[in-house]
Amino acid sequence: MSKIKGAIVVDVDRCKGCSLCVVACPEEVIALAQKNVNVHGYRYAEPIHPDDCIGCAICGMVCPDGCISVYKKRMEV
Amino acid sequence: MSNEIISPENLVYTKPKLMNDTIMHYCPGCSHGVVHKLVAEVIADMQMEEKTIGVSPVGCAVFAYRYLDIDWQEAAHGRAPAVATAIKRLWPDRLVFTYQGDGDLACIGTAETIHALNRGENITIVFINNAIYGMTGGQMAPTTLIGQKTSTCPYGRDPEIHGYPLNITELASNLQGTCYVTRQSVETAPAIRQAKKAIRKAFTASMEGKGSSLVEIVSTCNSGWKVSPVEANKWMEENMFTVYPKGDLKDTTGIK
Amino acid sequence: MADGEVTLMKGNEAIAHAAVRCGADGFFGYPITPQSEIIETLALMKPWETTGMVVLQAESEVASINMVYGGAGAGKRVMTSSSSPGISLMQEGISYMAGAELPGVFVNVQRGGPGLGTIQPSQSDYFQSTRGGGNGDYNVIVLAPNSVQEMADFVDLAFNLAFKYRNPAMILSDGVIGQMMEKVVLPPFKPRRTEEEIVKECPWATIGRTKDREPNILTSLELKSEVMEMRNIHLQEKYKAIRENEVRYETLMLDDADYMIVSFGSAARISEKAIELARAEGLKVGLFRPITLWPFPEKAIVAAIQGKKGVLVAEINAGQMVQDVRLAVNGIVKVEHFGRLGGIVPDPEEIVEALKEKLL
Repeated sequence: MSKIKGAIVVDVDRCKGCSLCVVACPEEVIALAQKNVNVHGYRYAEPIHPDDCIGCAICGMVCPDGCISVYKKRMEV
Repeated sequence: MSNEIISPENLVYTKPKLMNDTIMHYCPGCSHGVVHKLVAEVIADMQMEEKTIGVSPVGCAVFAYRYLDIDWQEAAHGRAPAVATAIKRLWPDRLVFTYQGDGDLACIGTAETIHALNRGENITIVFINNAIYGMTGGQMAPTTLIGQKTSTCPYGRDPEIHGYPLNITELASNLQGTCYVTRQSVETAPAIRQAKKAIRKAFTASMEGKGSSLVEIVSTCNSGWKVSPVEANKWMEENMFTVYPKGDLKDTTGIK
Repeated sequence: MADGEVTLMKGNEAIAHAAVRCGADGFFGYPITPQSEIIETLALMKPWETTGMVVLQAESEVASINMVYGGAGAGKRVMTSSSSPGISLMQEGISYMAGAELPGVFVNVQRGGPGLGTIQPSQSDYFQSTRGGGNGDYNVIVLAPNSVQEMADFVDLAFNLAFKYRNPAMILSDGVIGQMMEKVVLPPFKPRRTEEEIVKECPWATIGRTKDREPNILTSLELKSEVMEMRNIHLQEKYKAIRENEVRYETLMLDDADYMIVSFGSAARISEKAIELARAEGLKVGLFRPITLWPFPEKAIVAAIQGKKGVLVAEINAGQMVQDVRLAVNGIVKVEHFGRLGGIVPDPEEIVEALKEKLL
């Protein structure tokens, strides 16, 4: 059976930790880093459940800073 | 598994090409960034990267010219529609738009806004309405809601003292020179898609000589409103959409 | 009319004709007395049908000057005109143009002030014109015509200077010159520049970023003080170059004169007659007429006063250019002022009387 799987890459230093992607993601893939901050002092967004990503790109769309690149591929699972 | 997926041929979304790598000065969660992306995408989709001139406002977006790699003119507060009028009339085959906040467009710039729209200048005015003056620290705007607290109406906007929120977009929809007047938002993916379509329609209408367009984006200012970005979206949905209802107020463009 | 043909018209009309003939791309203006003939003449001429020049009545002077900002920023030869109270409204736009280094041209057909004032002529905007006029350290090039011919000639000159230095330039006229009719030979037709010519002359202009260059960004904003200081120093160096290269003035009968009158614009025409009357009485008087009010012809004035017994600055205001004359003269010789106020235009006899009363 094949399924659409996605993956995101966050530009950590562009991220301002606004959480809009965290809340927008329908699969709850993203959270703000617990114990790390980026060079500007922001807790950046990161995929904590990357396997759940479906590549819908909603996170990328709502991100005000264009931090998130989204990839999508049909895979056999 | 991620490594298999993360590969150039699988890319479905990324920061638009016209948006450069300069980190934007906007506050975390600010609607400006989302709208900037849409403007960048539409210009590229229309293949007008080399023929576009943007006019930036006085307001948080004064530095819009740092982030989108097109030619820009910085206008005096409120004067962008006049600046754009001249550029478009003198270079009619260029795509010319202004990008303005609520103070710029509906307060000090009211005359320039109304007259450029009424003359039917072939430009698009992108109007970011977040009901507050963000850049200068959170003062009342002409679109601030009744009861909304800002630094110059700390007890809430009182119509007896401050008058009523200004529905300039409704005024614009009554001007004969306008061909497309719409109100959008960018807090959810469907809204973002709608907003992008609206910007595309407006830009296209201006290139087809159909007249002036006003695209209002009801937006958030979490810093000025003193809430988190996520809370700001909620507050906007609950309070602003009733005073500033979304949708097309006028569309005579004939463009799908 | 044929090239070189002598014709009769108002100063205001000459500005309009000259604008079309010198290849202006656009005029954006607002009616105000005593200069509405400029936009009216343009509207009647319909240059958009012949040269393609844009003529637009804007909703205010504020809008007009910002249209000039936009057009100049896009490399076009654009101008506006107004009179004193309207020029006050334009100061914001002019300061922004100076800060962004834009070559806009504007005409002030002065009237009496302050405030709404009167529609009668005056020269009381000298300070406003020569001291920048708006906020910040800057200057605009100021040309002061004294005839309908100079009104016609100075439009192309103003554009040339504005583009040469990327700086706003103004023609400081007044209600006398604007309204009076005189013989004039209009400049020959010069075509509007092509896109290629504009790109060549104005590589900084915002006309759409082609792949071969970085985006052009025109702004007067700079929040980093160190950078802003460099910007301002650059402007000051530009003004220094303008001072060194663009001074213009005219003298009349100064060689044997004992007394010198300094006047500009319409006051200079009156002073010419005053000199004739004075000489008939046996007083040897000459005229120094600054043509550029900024840059002010300081060095030339200092040279001119050598051997003179006194200077009378005759200007139609309460004493504005006299300050610049005094600064230049620096105490070498007595400098007095004569002026009428509130829209009254003095008679030549009054100037002769003032000279006798104050300098003899």
